[in-house]
Amino acid sequence: MKEKLHQIKLKYRGKKMAPAFNAIHTFLYSPNETTHSGSHVRSADDLKRTMNTVILALVPCLLFGMFNAGYQHYSAINGFPAEFSLFEHFLTWDNFWLGAITVLPIVVVSYGVGLAIEFIFAVIKGHEVEEGYLVTGMLVPLIVPVDTPLWMLAVAVAFGVVIGKEVFGGTGMNILNPALTIRAFLFFAYPTWMSGDQVWVHGAVERTGTADAISGETVLGYLAQGSTEFAYSLSDMFYGFIPGSVGETSTLLILLGGLFLVFSKIASWRIMLSAVIGSLAMGLIFNGIVAAEWIPVYSKFYGLMSFEYWQHLLVGGLAFGIVFMATDPVTGSQTNRGKWIYGFLIGFMSVMIRVFNPGYPEGVFLAILLMNVFAPTIDHYVVRGNIKRRMKRLKTATIHPKVTDGAEALKTETV
Amino acid sequence: MALLSKKDANLILDPLADNNPITIQVLGICSALAITAELKASLVMAISVIFVLGVGNVVISLMRNVIPSKIRIIVQLIVVATLVIIVDQVLKAFAYELSKTLSVFVGLIITNCIIMGRFEAFALGNGPWKSFLDGIGNALGYGVILIIVGFFRELLGSGTLFGIPVLGDPIAKTGLYATGYENNGFMIIPPAALIVVGIIIWVQRSRNKALIEEA
Repeated sequence: MKEKLHQIKLKYRGKKMAPAFNAIHTFLYSPNETTHSGSHVRSADDLKRTMNTVILALVPCLLFGMFNAGYQHYSAINGFPAEFSLFEHFLTWDNFWLGAITVLPIVVVSYGVGLAIEFIFAVIKGHEVEEGYLVTGMLVPLIVPVDTPLWMLAVAVAFGVVIGKEVFGGTGMNILNPALTIRAFLFFAYPTWMSGDQVWVHGAVERTGTADAISGETVLGYLAQGSTEFAYSLSDMFYGFIPGSVGETSTLLILLGGLFLVFSKIASWRIMLSAVIGSLAMGLIFNGIVAAEWIPVYSKFYGLMSFEYWQHLLVGGLAFGIVFMATDPVTGSQTNRGKWIYGFLIGFMSVMIRVFNPGYPEGVFLAILLMNVFAPTIDHYVVRGNIKRRMKRLKTATIHPKVTDGAEALKTETV
Repeated sequence: MALLSKKDANLILDPLADNNPITIQVLGICSALAITAELKASLVMAISVIFVLGVGNVVISLMRNVIPSKIRIIVQLIVVATLVIIVDQVLKAFAYELSKTLSVFVGLIITNCIIMGRFEAFALGNGPWKSFLDGIGNALGYGVILIIVGFFRELLGSGTLFGIPVLGDPIAKTGLYATGYENNGFMIIPPAALIVVGIIIWVQRSRNKALIEEA
C-alpha cells in the first residue's frame, strides 16, 4: 500500500491534482523524499505534530461537550437533579448519545467544508495543502452553540477560511485567527442563533412557543440582565455543568489541556499567564468600583461589575479563548515581551467588553481578534526598544582590549 | 460611423473596468460603504454622482482658462457644492424617504475624492466635451460598483431587491425561508461592504493580471 502510493505520487507529479493527492498521502504516511544537500538534522516537531498535539488537548473538551449537551437537554426537560452524582446524572449513555448525534454533525461539517476549501485553493495555487485547518476544524465545533444550523456553520466556515486565511496566503500568513473569524461571522450574521436563552440547550429553539418549551441561560447572560439568581454553584462552573458553547464550559478540562500544551511546549505559557493576570486586573478594577459605590445598584452594569473578579475565568469562553485561541502562534505576538503585553491586553479587554457591552454577553472572541490585529505592532515596538537598549549599552560600555588589533571584534561582541 | 471616436469611447469605458475609481484607484470608499445596504439607495447615489460629476466637469472645463490657479480648489468646491445642493433639494422634494436614508451622504458628495480628483486631473486640462465624457465615465464606474455591492448586500442581508421580497417572506416562512434559510445580518453592517468591495477587487485582479502592482 505504502509503496503503491509512492509510485502513484511519482506518476502524478506536476499534474494539477497533485497537491490534493499529496495531502492525503503525507497525512497517512511519512513522505519518502530525502534531502540531498545541506544539513540533515531534522526535528520530529513538524507542523503536523504540533497540530495533532493541540487536537489531543482538545479531545477531552469535545467529549465533555457531548456529555454536557445531553445533560443540559435532559435536565432542562426533567429538572436538574437535586443530588448531583457524576456517574448517575452526567456520564450516562443517554447523555453521550444525544451529545454525539448533535455535536458530531457539527464536527463533520466544519472539517468537510474547511478542508474542501483548502484542497480547492491548493489545487488552484499549485502549492501543497497545509495542515493549518486541522486545529481550526476542531476548534470551531467547540465554540458554537450546540444547535447551530449546519448550513450556517458551512457558510461561516467558508467565509472564515477564504476571507480569514486564504486571501492572505494560507496557513501561517493569516492576520486573524480563522476559528474566531468564523465565530465572529456567525455572531454578526445570525445573532439570534448565537445569543439568548434558547440556543445553548439542544431542542430549545424547536420547542419555543409549545407547552414543552425549555431554556437555558448562560451565567453571563443572567449577569448581563442584572440577575444573580442562577442555580449554578461555583463547582458547577469549574467542572463545566453549565450551559454554553459546546466545548468551552469545563474550566477544569481546559486547564488540563492548557497544562498539556505548556509542558509539550506547543503553546506559550507567557500568553496564558499574562491573559489570566489581565482579566483578574480588570475584574479587580470593576470590583473596586462597586466597593467604592461609584455606581448605583440599579445600573445595568452592576450585575457584571459586582461579579467576583476571579469567577470571570470560570464562566463563558474566557478560559477556552486564553488557552486555545490567544496562544495561536501565527496570529499572536512573537517576542517574549510582546507576548506578555499581548496576553495581558486580551484578558483585560475580554472582561471589559463583557461588562460594558451587555449586548455581547461574551467579549473574548472580540478581544482576541482585536489583539490579533495589534500583535505585529506590539512586536515592532518590542524589537525597536530592544535595539535602542543595546545601542545605549554600546555607548556606555567600556571596552578593555587585551590586544589592540582585537578591539574591533570585541566591540561587536559587546553589542 | 461610430457615435464616439475610439479615444472618446475609452474615456467612458476605461473607468468602468480597468481604471475603476473604486476598485483600482480606491477613491470614494466612504460612501460606497455607507449607503450600499439597499439597492435603491445605491442607484440614487450613483445617479446623483453621475449628474454632479458630468455637469461639474463641463463647468470647470469651460472656466479652466479663467480660474486663477491659486484659488482653483475654492472655485471647484463652489461648483460641486452648488450641484450637490441641487441634487439634495430635488431628492428632498421628490423622494423624501430616500433622502432620509441617504442622510448626510448626499451632502458628502462634495468631499467625494472622485469628484475633486477628476476636476483636478482632467477637467482643468481638457475641453468641455472630453471632460463631460470623462465625468460620465468615472461616475458610471463608481455607480457600477455601488450597484453590484448594493445588489449583494440587499439580497443576502434583507432578502429583497429594490425593497421587493425576492426570496420569500421571512416571517411567514415562505419561499427559501421555508427551508430554514435566514437573512445574513452581517451584510447589513458597513464592514460587509468593505469585504464585498475587496472580493470584487480580488476577482478583477485575478482576471486581469496587468492590474497587480509590483510588490
